[in-house]
Amino acid sequence: MSATSDHYYLPNPSPWPLIASSGLFTLALGTVLTINDLGAGPWVLLVGAVIVGYMMTRWFGQVIGESEGEVYNAQVDVSFRLGMAWFIFSEVMFFAAFFAALFFERHFSVPWIAADHILWPGFQAMWPTAGPKGAAFTPMTPWGIPAINTLILLTSGATVTWAHWGLLKNNRAQLIVGLILTILLGISFIAMQAHEYYMAYTHFGLTLKAGVYGATFFMLTGFHGLHVTIGTIMLIVMLIRSIKGHFRPDHHFAFEAVSWYWHFVDVVWLGLFIFVYWL
Amino acid sequence: MASAAATHEEHPVGLKRWLFTTNHKDIGTMYLVFSLLMFFVAGSFAMVIRAELFSPGMQIVQPYFFNELTTMHGLVMIFGAIMPGFVGFANWQLPMMIGAPDMALPRLNNWSFWILPFAFTLMLSSFFVPGGAPGTGWTMYAPLSIEAGMGMDMVIFSIHLLGISSVLGAINIIVTILNMRAPGMTLMKMPMFVWTWLITAFLLVAVMPVLAGTVTMVLMDRHFGTHFFDAAGGGDPVLYQHLFWFFGHPEVYIMILPAFGIISQIIPTFSRKPLFGYESMVYATASIAFLSFIVWGHHMFTVGMPAAAEMFFMYSTMLIAVPTGVKIFNWVATMWRGSLSFETPMLFAIGFLVMFTIGGLSGLMLAVVPADFQYHNTYFVVAHFHYVLFSGAAMAMMGGCYYWLPKWTGHMYNETLGKWHFWLTTIFFNLTFFPMHFLGLAGMPRRVPDYALQFTDLNRVASIGAFGLGLSQLLWVYVIYQTVKGGKKAASKVWEGAEGLEWTLTSPPPYHSFATAPTVK
Repeated sequence: MSATSDHYYLPNPSPWPLIASSGLFTLALGTVLTINDLGAGPWVLLVGAVIVGYMMTRWFGQVIGESEGEVYNAQVDVSFRLGMAWFIFSEVMFFAAFFAALFFERHFSVPWIAADHILWPGFQAMWPTAGPKGAAFTPMTPWGIPAINTLILLTSGATVTWAHWGLLKNNRAQLIVGLILTILLGISFIAMQAHEYYMAYTHFGLTLKAGVYGATFFMLTGFHGLHVTIGTIMLIVMLIRSIKGHFRPDHHFAFEAVSWYWHFVDVVWLGLFIFVYWL
Repeated sequence: MASAAATHEEHPVGLKRWLFTTNHKDIGTMYLVFSLLMFFVAGSFAMVIRAELFSPGMQIVQPYFFNELTTMHGLVMIFGAIMPGFVGFANWQLPMMIGAPDMALPRLNNWSFWILPFAFTLMLSSFFVPGGAPGTGWTMYAPLSIEAGMGMDMVIFSIHLLGISSVLGAINIIVTILNMRAPGMTLMKMPMFVWTWLITAFLLVAVMPVLAGTVTMVLMDRHFGTHFFDAAGGGDPVLYQHLFWFFGHPEVYIMILPAFGIISQIIPTFSRKPLFGYESMVYATASIAFLSFIVWGHHMFTVGMPAAAEMFFMYSTMLIAVPTGVKIFNWVATMWRGSLSFETPMLFAIGFLVMFTIGGLSGLMLAVVPADFQYHNTYFVVAHFHYVLFSGAAMAMMGGCYYWLPKWTGHMYNETLGKWHFWLTTIFFNLTFFPMHFLGLAGMPRRVPDYALQFTDLNRVASIGAFGLGLSQLLWVYVIYQTVKGGKKAASKVWEGAEGLEWTLTSPPPYHSFATAPTVK
């Protein structure tokens, strides 16, 4: 803590922001090279991913150390909470862009294309569709894997809250068991989703290239699946920290941040289930 | 932590101080210097554009390179010069104005900055890859952006990086304002600059992710076979425009609201009166931000929207004139019967008031659907948005620079040279952009390297104005350099009529602005 301030916390100079930026740059450059089939692309991408991974481990590690070292005061805790809440809001807006694409194409683009008898003769407006030039495919049905996945995620929302209650009551066993259950549910969700993707590509002809249905389906469920994966990794970190004895009933911002994130992922899924699979 | 505490006050020196810093003033300085650098990079693109347009016919560049320059001029000015410039002001001023020692999340703050040089390295190096930089215009409309070369991919990923930077920076600003205010500094006592940045930061968090999602769809259409913007797969290029302008219109206010904030600090100081109608100013800013989310369609009146949508977007756009008018009249009322003096910051503020109003009124003309069918994609649009972005955003930053530079450096700037900078900028700016109104109304299209003979005279005037405008900015750099190096010592309260916490600190202020919170009555 700064010697001059008795009630403010100011962190010391840190190398991690610069390393993070250079890692992201390398990752971006590697991706550009890879998708344009240029020589060293995948290697540059890999180096970038390693830098970002290393940076995250060390930077988060430092923050965890500071948190457990009682460096932070109540004001820092509020700053972290507000920061996480606004970060989740930015994520909501990111998903909103893809939901907007889904609604626009389903309710405007496809009927407009069908109404044009000169450019696209014989194309009927319907949903799902791969568009006038798209190949045939079988769309996903809601009442198989998606419905089970909905139950899984809703249950995981309950188990993470149960774990939180355990933490608040200082019941370490309940905290750990709750986290393990949540992680297992998260992993089963990802496994089911992977199976669904496998079936879509091999049996249903449903791919990224299957017109607007395939594009919106895979981008929405894909980014959601990515977020579930990130959430699961964060939950695993919380589990390890819980086993190590971190967190107190009145001092556990990281746990709450992860559970907020998990509930956010849960809510996005409900939107997906209703608008992508069901209606 | 004991050893860390000992070294903290001294802070590392040399390069390390800047690379690893967690200090809002160091980071603010880096933002401002970077923004100035990008201002000249993008400005030099504009010089080549104006040199090409000095005469009809093709003179010095190839048509495609001309398109690359217009694209990069827009992208670099918006994301490299104006947005980081205002974030630089926010970094320096917000903690001092709300009575805090620093930003709420200092390491995140440094990260927000350091992403920028990397992102612009990626974006600008697209000039040198096969196919060159995208020639799509800064709006990157599909399907043109789908068909562009790999330079487009570099721009897409640099936009992702810039989005991360902006969102993290905006979150930091919101958290700082909500959580770091000194005791007694209620929301309705905050200086207007703080209010405008709080609302700007909200806009950033809300719309930068939408742009990220949109360029991701472009990337998918380019490389992974999706059909978001391709009718053959059921998609629609118009969807791109809707998504882009849902980001793009709030983005316009992201670039002007902090300017409103700076002007709201300068005018009361040199009128020696408190800001007229403070509360209405706050509500007007919030109303502008709300309306910015429901007006995006006015950028695409000619694309073929249903008549009901055109009507909606026309009227909602016109509504913005109400809160903006409230602001203009409040600034004028602040000056009314004030004890006015005309130091350089005040000159820039008054220049802003007059010329931004011209830009606002030409914006109202563009909002009228039938009239817009005539103006769309002409030089009238170019004239309009340079009146709001140059004489609005950029000149507000110049005014803010002269206003706070003595506070930041501890030295007074050269008043004579500052005034020269103002008058040269104002005269050359109007010489450059006022003729473009007439060129546009006469039918000269934008983003084209050649034009019909009857447009020659006005284009010559605009080009001469542009070269003068560009050269005048070197004078600004000289004044800044001179002030940083030395000059008359500045008092704590630099300006006689200035109010606010930042003027209670020494000039230059201590490394950590308020080590103990002041109490605001």
